[in-house]
Amino acid sequence: MARVIETKDLTKTYKAGEIEIPALQGINFQLDSGEFVAIMGASGSGKSTLMNILGCLDYPTSGDYYLDGVKINDLNRNALADIRNRKIGFVFQGFNLLSRTTALENVALPLLYDRGKQVEDYRHRARETLEAVGLTDRMHHVPSQLSGGQQQRVAIARALVMKPSLILADEPTGNLDSRTSHEVMEVLKDLNGRGVTIILVTHEKDIAAYARRVVEMRDGRIVHEWTN
Amino acid sequence: MKYEKLLTAAFQSLAKNGMRSFLTMLGIIIGVAAVIIMVAVGEGAQLAIKRQIAALGSSLLIIFPNTVSHMGVSQGAGSLNQLTLDDVERLRRESLYLRDISAVAMAWGHIIGGGNNWMTGVQGVDANYTQIRDWRVVQGAFFTEEDVKTRNKVCVLGKTVVDNLFPGQDPVGALVRIRSVPFKVIGVLAKKGQSSTGNDQDDIILSPTTTVLYRLKGGQNINLIMASAVSDARIPAAQQEIRMILRESHRLHLGEEDDFTVRNQAEITDTAAEASRTLTILLGSIAGVSLVVGGIGIMNIMLVSVTERTREIGLRMALGARSRDILSQFLIEAVSLSLLGGIIGIAISFATAYLLNLYSNFEAVLLPQTILLAVAFSAAVGIFFGFYPARRASQLNPIEALRYE
Repeated sequence: MARVIETKDLTKTYKAGEIEIPALQGINFQLDSGEFVAIMGASGSGKSTLMNILGCLDYPTSGDYYLDGVKINDLNRNALADIRNRKIGFVFQGFNLLSRTTALENVALPLLYDRGKQVEDYRHRARETLEAVGLTDRMHHVPSQLSGGQQQRVAIARALVMKPSLILADEPTGNLDSRTSHEVMEVLKDLNGRGVTIILVTHEKDIAAYARRVVEMRDGRIVHEWTN
Repeated sequence: MKYEKLLTAAFQSLAKNGMRSFLTMLGIIIGVAAVIIMVAVGEGAQLAIKRQIAALGSSLLIIFPNTVSHMGVSQGAGSLNQLTLDDVERLRRESLYLRDISAVAMAWGHIIGGGNNWMTGVQGVDANYTQIRDWRVVQGAFFTEEDVKTRNKVCVLGKTVVDNLFPGQDPVGALVRIRSVPFKVIGVLAKKGQSSTGNDQDDIILSPTTTVLYRLKGGQNINLIMASAVSDARIPAAQQEIRMILRESHRLHLGEEDDFTVRNQAEITDTAAEASRTLTILLGSIAGVSLVVGGIGIMNIMLVSVTERTREIGLRMALGARSRDILSQFLIEAVSLSLLGGIIGIAISFATAYLLNLYSNFEAVLLPQTILLAVAFSAAVGIFFGFYPARRASQLNPIEALRYE
């Protein structure tokens, strides 16, 4: 069981002129390969800030962040971009698919930035990833021809296409009705069953219930933790 | 491989907003087409001028009097007319480097003939004028030295005069009255067409110098002297010689300026061509302004595009795009727009040039360097005006960009 994420005393403070806003205060968080963790909290709890740092979109003010054993704090912006490309798959609340672009092309988007030439056959990889989420028959459809649930599944496939170390899903069901929400969560649960490591950020209890471990945050700290 | 992907991505993105892309390109299309056509027409005009002047006859020298400047004040056109038949005689006697010399005395007159009338210029020239000007007679004959000596009242008509006085008839042998003086038509000149300055060269009547001087113009002074040098190589020597002989003939002292000007064909060509070239550059520059406007249009649209696609940019960064990737993406889109616009503009200029050459008096000459310049300029415009928006895109913060509404 490899340790994917290890943070030591992670803090993030925003400066608004003279005033300092502590968004994260001393976070110690671990994640092992194959885990399915939900980070819960109200808005302002710091869960989005933590997610941005874990997702290598932002630097912590202090503390250490190790991803797959590599200390992220020391890397420059370009190196962070590479890490995001190779190791992290994002799933957003608003899907963020490119309009007037087919599902297949959307899934293949991260491959465009595959600098290390990790993937040999791009088209093949994109296609098989779409198969994994069960959307082969919608390959050439554009987002406007897809339902919300289908669009989110395309987004999940996009997150998987580079075979990342972990999936970061930020309120993935926020824009979906309850039935579709559960369909999408089933897809994530299924993927986790096949070995995909997932961090889920949510404020809904019944969505967090799909995860095996739940971490609750308030005012920039982890206040509670339990397993389902 | 990567560039092929980037290029396809750029074109896909432009195709997504086809109408907008086209409207943005319009500025470049019009700009490029305008510049190319202006330059092409200018080049054509220069070519036409050079051809026209070459058609005047090689080794041609023209001598004309200067307007007298008395104490720095020009006395105006009325003060010329200092060249005389004497000068011509002298040149004939004393020059070594001149082959044929003809005086030219001009008069303007009311012509009546064949039941019609016409107004035109009558040029009094010598018998060797046709050699100097390389101008053949197609009907009848030219007048002879004998005619010049005897001041014979004969004339040769240009095509336009014939068409106006004797339409559809043979005018040789007919009588015309030039300013009420009766002349006999003995020949018709070959058609010469329009000169580079737009004059109808066939609207002319030629008559012996002496006849025009004594019977029409009056006075001793002729308007021009035309001469041909013995060879192109001798032109400078011939010019010098003319100056020396005429200065003596006019009794000009050392230090006194020439009261005449000698020009050779090359100088005449250069002057005319130079004026045309300046005009071409001016026109081209004005057209070039529209290219700049087109570039501003591109920058404007790219800025809008960047703002609209803020979330997309944030997404791409989240998926692993570096600043440089975003920069090149938008820069390539801008350059694709401008290059495509340039190519369409070139195509339109080809079509316009073809139509111009077919249906108008203008001649458009498309040189490969003009086309190459147009392509280079299109690309440059895209790079220059696309850079600022592309840079703004690349400097977006991914977290904020993803949250953008």
